[in-house]
Order: sequence, then structure tokens, then C-alpha cells
Amino acid sequence: MKTFARVLFASALALGLAAGSAQAAKKTVKVVFIGPLTGGVSANGIGGRNSADLAVRLRNADSKAKYHYEMVVLDDECKPNVAVQVATKAASDPAIIAGATHYCSTTAIATVDTYHKFGLPVIVWGAVLPDITYGNDYKEIHRVNGTMINQNDVNAKFSIGQGYKTFAVIHDTTDYGKGHLKYFSEYVAKYGGRIIGTFGVTADQQDFNAELTQIKSLNPDAIYFGGLTPIGVRIRSQMDKLGIKAEFIGTSGIVSDAFIQGLGPLAEGALAFREGAPVDKLPGGKFFTAKYAEAGYAEGPEAYGAFAFAAMNLILDTIERVGPNRAKVTAALEHVSNVDSIVGPISFDAHGQNTVAAITKYVVQDGKWVVWEDSEYASGKRKLAK
Amino acid sequence: MDAGLLAQFVANGLMLGMMYALVAVGFTLFFGVLDVIKFSHGDVLTVGAFTGYSVYLGLKLLGAANPWLQVAAVILVACAAMGLLGALIARYLVMPLKSAPPLNVLLVTLMLGTVLRESVRLFYPDGANPKRFPRLLPTDAVALGDFNLRLDSVLLFLGGLAVIVAIHMLINRSKLGLAIRAVAQDEETARTMGINFSLVVLVTFALGSAAAAFAGVMNGLYYNEINFGMGLWLGVIGFSAAIVGGLGNIYGAILGGFLFAALQTVGAVALPFASAYKDVFAFAVVIAIMAWRPTGLIAEKSSERV
Repeated sequence: MKTFARVLFASALALGLAAGSAQAAKKTVKVVFIGPLTGGVSANGIGGRNSADLAVRLRNADSKAKYHYEMVVLDDECKPNVAVQVATKAASDPAIIAGATHYCSTTAIATVDTYHKFGLPVIVWGAVLPDITYGNDYKEIHRVNGTMINQNDVNAKFSIGQGYKTFAVIHDTTDYGKGHLKYFSEYVAKYGGRIIGTFGVTADQQDFNAELTQIKSLNPDAIYFGGLTPIGVRIRSQMDKLGIKAEFIGTSGIVSDAFIQGLGPLAEGALAFREGAPVDKLPGGKFFTAKYAEAGYAEGPEAYGAFAFAAMNLILDTIERVGPNRAKVTAALEHVSNVDSIVGPISFDAHGQNTVAAITKYVVQDGKWVVWEDSEYASGKRKLAK
Repeated sequence: MDAGLLAQFVANGLMLGMMYALVAVGFTLFFGVLDVIKFSHGDVLTVGAFTGYSVYLGLKLLGAANPWLQVAAVILVACAAMGLLGALIARYLVMPLKSAPPLNVLLVTLMLGTVLRESVRLFYPDGANPKRFPRLLPTDAVALGDFNLRLDSVLLFLGGLAVIVAIHMLINRSKLGLAIRAVAQDEETARTMGINFSLVVLVTFALGSAAAAFAGVMNGLYYNEINFGMGLWLGVIGFSAAIVGGLGNIYGAILGGFLFAALQTVGAVALPFASAYKDVFAFAVVIAIMAWRPTGLIAEKSSERV
């Protein structure tokens, strides 16, 4: 028995040494992922984390990679104050070279100063508020996904084209919701629609009966909701209780499976708009979906997973090219032009914003977000609420 | 304003008021018997709602599909479990601190509330995400112009009313209620009259917590959604309602609950500025009322409490 234990110990030691020497062959470089891993929109955050993790895993499995990467994962809870704390934690750790950060606009906008102050280059993977990139001249801030400007342009044009002329707007009173209100209002006016009522609500409000009863008396053709999934679920559900038949039009903030799970059959026919093509229509979509399935994550990549993967992959590519140095990575990210990725070619403008113009229209059909053009609503087989 | 619309606002406000009143009644009961403020009350409500939700999931697994049976089981188990939790909190946290300054109890229960809330978030499967509470009550609706009255809302309202009436009867018409009132009035005298003080306190805490569990399940059935943070805000509002109505007086708590709901509805509807400020408006009015009547709208009579 004793000899057996000794052999076991020796072989364990040998294995450890072997592993150690393999590690030592490559320098370990730390990168950070930040997203909402708990709270109402955690499904999106976890999908993003898994996707970014996949990018790191694939790179580590690649024998040609110069470095071994370690991804630090931090939870911003979709709350600005928490986000600043974790951003500071990541940025003040000199071992962390760059990061793929934030799904929620409120957290992304709250942390831009932090990243700038500490000089940590980041690529935003999900937040859509324009000011995150356009509201400052920070060289550290980049974004792979589009902004809410194009999204609302397409939304207003499409909705008015579907015959909706009057809109009631419910938006949360964060920068995110207010941004949606601003751009949607602009484009509705441009395309000849009318907003007949605007209701600001807090991001954790439970009861919307007072607002919805007023909306009912205004009798709009459609209700536009500028906010995230949790209160979107509540509003849609309470609309039904009050017998409001208007069409429910959301933003990229509700494009998530949690929206459908929270509503069940009630989700049917809801519209939403998101920048970028759906995963299976992306240039590298098949590759991403296959690798994601292979890695065996318990949760799906959700709507922004592909962007998180692309953001992390771009970071790793850049570090491979210029070495693990924050200033060099920041400088290199300034000149990203037509770089191939799974979400299509990435080009950063002077503000670090990826210039993706394509917006995809979605409708919920049989418990799934279906691309409008492929849906039975577009073919006329089913009808949206009038 | 159109009559149908007005009726809709009144119906919404009544529903909201009923939930606030149920929470406020708990605060008032605890204050009545022990002069303590139990700040974990809102989070007991959350745990109650999640208990009810788990019971529903369990029944579904067992194949019990009758919705009436499900509602009954959900409410009974949630109320019984929270009654037990309330009694345990009273026995092991509140009573040992009986002779300590009231601030200590307030602080201890405030912390307990955080523990309960975070436990739901961390230990309930997928507890950080909102849960879809099932629609167990019939959803038939009558539409009269702009007024949409749903059977499930009516049933929930009647259920809430029944709970409040039952608590009222228990306190005013039963021997146990007499004992609770006696303890509320004067602990020492009550003891010398042979009243089991500890038992009365435990029962009172169980009663208030069960009412909170009912409010939690009601909340779930009404909104069809529950989340780990739901009790925090309801607790704050319920506490304000109890204070503004007159802490220690059950009618005050009920009045306060409905008053707060009315203020929120008026704030969202009648004020010229955006509905985003309805809570600001409601709490500002509460502050004004408290400045005007520091002991609450129905002031507690020193000789008679609860």
C-alpha cells in the first residue's frame, strides 16, 4: 500500500512538473470580461460570458498562439455603481491587458471614464447607447455592436410602413431608455408617425396599470417600449390584463429568450430590432454555433453572444500581434479596418465605433425570435395586432 | 374623464391598496404586541411567494393539474411556512432582544431581510432571474367600455379582503385575540392574568408573516411574475402605510395601504408631469401627512392597541 501511495505521489509530481513546464513555455496573459451575470438580464450576460470564454478556449487550444490567456470574469449586475467598482478592479490590475465589457448601456456609459483614467483598452460587446463611443474622445473605448440610432431608424420606418401611425412610448428613465425615446421620437416624426403619449418608468417598477390605463384611453396603434427584458415582460403581461390590443414593439433590449420564457404564448407577435445579422446568418455563424455546442455550455449564447465572441477574439488577435501591453493594444485598435470576424468585417471609426449598418427585424413566432423576412407574418399567413 | 377609465383606475388602485394593506397589517401587529419594527417583513413576503411557486412546481411534477387545488395548496403551504418562519424569527431574534433598545431589533431584522433576499437570489435555482408565476385563476374578463374587469383580479381582491376580515375577527372576537390585545395593552398585567406571553407573541408574528405570504402569492398571481427583490419595495411601502395610518392600529394600516395606492395612482394619472415621479409624489405626500399628524391618521389610543 505504501509503495502504491509513493508511486501515486511520484507520478502526480511528474504530471505537475510536466504541466508546469507546458505553462512556462507560454506566458500567461490576463484579459477581462464584464457583463451582467446576476439580475434580470443575467441570461444575456451569461451568454456573453460563455461566448467570450469560448474565444479564449479556442485560442488556448491553438498551438500557434504566442500566449496562454486567462479570462477574469466580473459581474456588473447591470447597475452603474457596481459596474464602476468592478471596472476599477479590473483596470487597476496591471496584469489585465484588455477587456470585453458590458451589455447594459447604463453600465457601459458609467465606466468609460474609469477605463480612460487607467488606460485599459476595452471593446463593448452589447450596450447600444450612442454616447458610449460618440460622447467622448477616449482612445480606450471601442464597440463591436451598433448603436441605437440605426435601430430606431429602421424601427420607425418599418412600423409606420406596417400601418401603425400613432405610438405610445414607455421607456425606463435610465440613459438607455431615454436614448431610445430620443431617437425613436426623431425618426417617427421623420417618417410621418405621431407619438401621442410618453411614459417614463423606473427600471424596477412592478405595476404599470396606471400608465397602461392611460395608454388605453389614448388608443394608440402600437406601444413602443424602450427598456430591458424584465419590465418588458411585466408591461406586455399587464397590457393583456387590461385588454389592450395594440401591437407591442420593443428594442434590442428585449431580444432574449428570457422575454419569451417570461411571457409564454403572450410573447407571440411582439416586434423588436437588433443591429447585426442573426447568428445563423452571420459569415462565421455556423463555426460559432458548432464550437459553442461542442464546448457544452449549460446556457445559450443569447442575442449578443456572437458580439462578445467577436470582441474577445479581436482583443486576443491584437495582443498576439502587438504583445501584452495596454498602450500598444490601444494604439493597434485605433487602426482596425475591415478585419474579418464572425459578425462580419469590423471597422472602427474615429470614436472606436464599429460601422455596422445592418439592422435585423425580429418577430416572436411560436415561442422563438424569428427574422421578419422569414416569418409567417411577413408572408401574410399571420397578422400583427392592429 | 370617461367613466370606464375612472373605474379602471379605481380598480387598479384597490388591487394595489389591498397588497399594501396586507403588508402594513403585519407591521402594525408586530408593533402592537412587542413595540418592535420588523424590517425583514417585505423579504418574508418574497420567500412566501417563492415557496408558493415551488409548491406549484412540485404539484405539477406530481401531476396534480386541478387549478383550484393548486391555488389552495400554494396559498396554504406558503402561509403555513411563512407563519412558521415568522414565529422562528420572533423566538430566536426578536424576543431575546426584547429588553434591548428597539433600534437593535430594527437593525437585526433589517440584516435578516438582506440575508433572506440574497439567499433567494443565490440559492434558489436560477434565483437571480424573474420567474413566471402561473395563471391559476380563471381569466374571464368583462369589458365595459374602457373598463376591463378580470375575474382573477376580483377573486384576488376578495381573497385579500377575507384575510383582513379574518384577522379582524380573530383579534376582536376570539379568546386568542383577547390575549393579543391584553399583551398589547400591558404585558405585566397580562402575564399576571395567566396569559402565556411568549405564545401570544409567537402567534402574532406567525399571523403577520402568514398575511405577508398571502400578499406575496397574491402579487405573483396578479402580475404573473415574481423576483427576489419584490419584497424590498413592498416592505418600504407597507411600512410607510402602517406609519401614516397610525402604527399599532389595524384600521390605520388598512387605510394607509389604500391611501398610498391612491396617491401612486393619482401621481401617475392626474399630475401634469411624467409618471416617472409618481413614487416621489406619493412619498412626499406621506411626509406632509406625517408632519401634520405625527402619530398617524388614526392615532393609537394609549389604552387600546391592535
